[in-house]
Amino acid sequence: MGSKQIFEVISSIKGVDLNLESEFISVSSVSLLEVAEKFKNDTTLDFDFLMCITALDDGNSKIFTVVYNFHSNKNNHSIEVRVSITDGEDVPSLAGIWKTADWHEREAYDMMGINFSGHPELKRILLPEDWEGFPLRKNYEVADYYHGVPIPKDKSYWE
Amino acid sequence: MDLSLLERFDKDNVVVEKLDTLINWSRANSQWYFQFGLACCAIEMMAAAAPRHDLERFGAMPRASPRQSDVMIVAGTVTLKMAERVKRLYEQMSDPKYVISMGSCANSGGPYWQHGYHVLKGVDLVVPVDVYVPGCPPRPEALLQGLLELQKKIMTETPLRKQVV
Repeated sequence: MGSKQIFEVISSIKGVDLNLESEFISVSSVSLLEVAEKFKNDTTLDFDFLMCITALDDGNSKIFTVVYNFHSNKNNHSIEVRVSITDGEDVPSLAGIWKTADWHEREAYDMMGINFSGHPELKRILLPEDWEGFPLRKNYEVADYYHGVPIPKDKSYWE
Repeated sequence: MDLSLLERFDKDNVVVEKLDTLINWSRANSQWYFQFGLACCAIEMMAAAAPRHDLERFGAMPRASPRQSDVMIVAGTVTLKMAERVKRLYEQMSDPKYVISMGSCANSGGPYWQHGYHVLKGVDLVVPVDVYVPGCPPRPEALLQGLLELQKKIMTETPLRKQVV
């Protein structure tokens, strides 16, 4: 199925829109769970594989976009879903539907600070647990010290 | 390495030498290194240990415990998260202990020196380094030379006398 046919299946859900140019479906965070359940359970769609979760920063850390890439091994079709939120807003967790989402969401939280509501254990996955800030945000500033170890920013440290 | 000691066995079976030299000789030729790697440099370290380059020719063999190791080869990018572990592992090693910093990342942060928010800019910020091996990653020959440089350094030590600072 193409992105148009996939969109038609879920078009009755509120807050869903198809971007024809880039072929992705934008979904509001409120209706994401409903869309996800339809993706998983509808036999014509049957998305059994959540390939990737990506988080984007719009440039000033105010609006974030979470990008989901779904694939169906059975029907051999794929679709991209995007959820845009403002800073501080929550995105429902998909860990209950695709287990893959668990660690992907933890990474998105670790790097971009996106809160996934309903996640079984939302904590940092790569960085130390006492790390401050979310390093892939555009407004992130590198600390001067970590546990007493200096983090030099330029070559003047060695000169 | 220092073959002069061996060559003196030619005439009879007696060698007259300082005890310092004997201790250094044995230390320099049994550098058991701590078997742990942090990144791609560890692959070159494994290649150096494998038959083609064969670190064991020089008495260097991997030990999987810091308690049994003499040399710590820091092979790879040291993240800030790992830096504390590296320091703790170094402290768990028994004296005499040496550190070889292998590759650009361990020397100075390497390609992460400016924008690596999570990378330690040189392992010498947490442990004292004896030999720096440049390269990204260094070839096994480079690590071998680093090991031989460390042997030379060990031979200049005076373990039985107080160190004059």
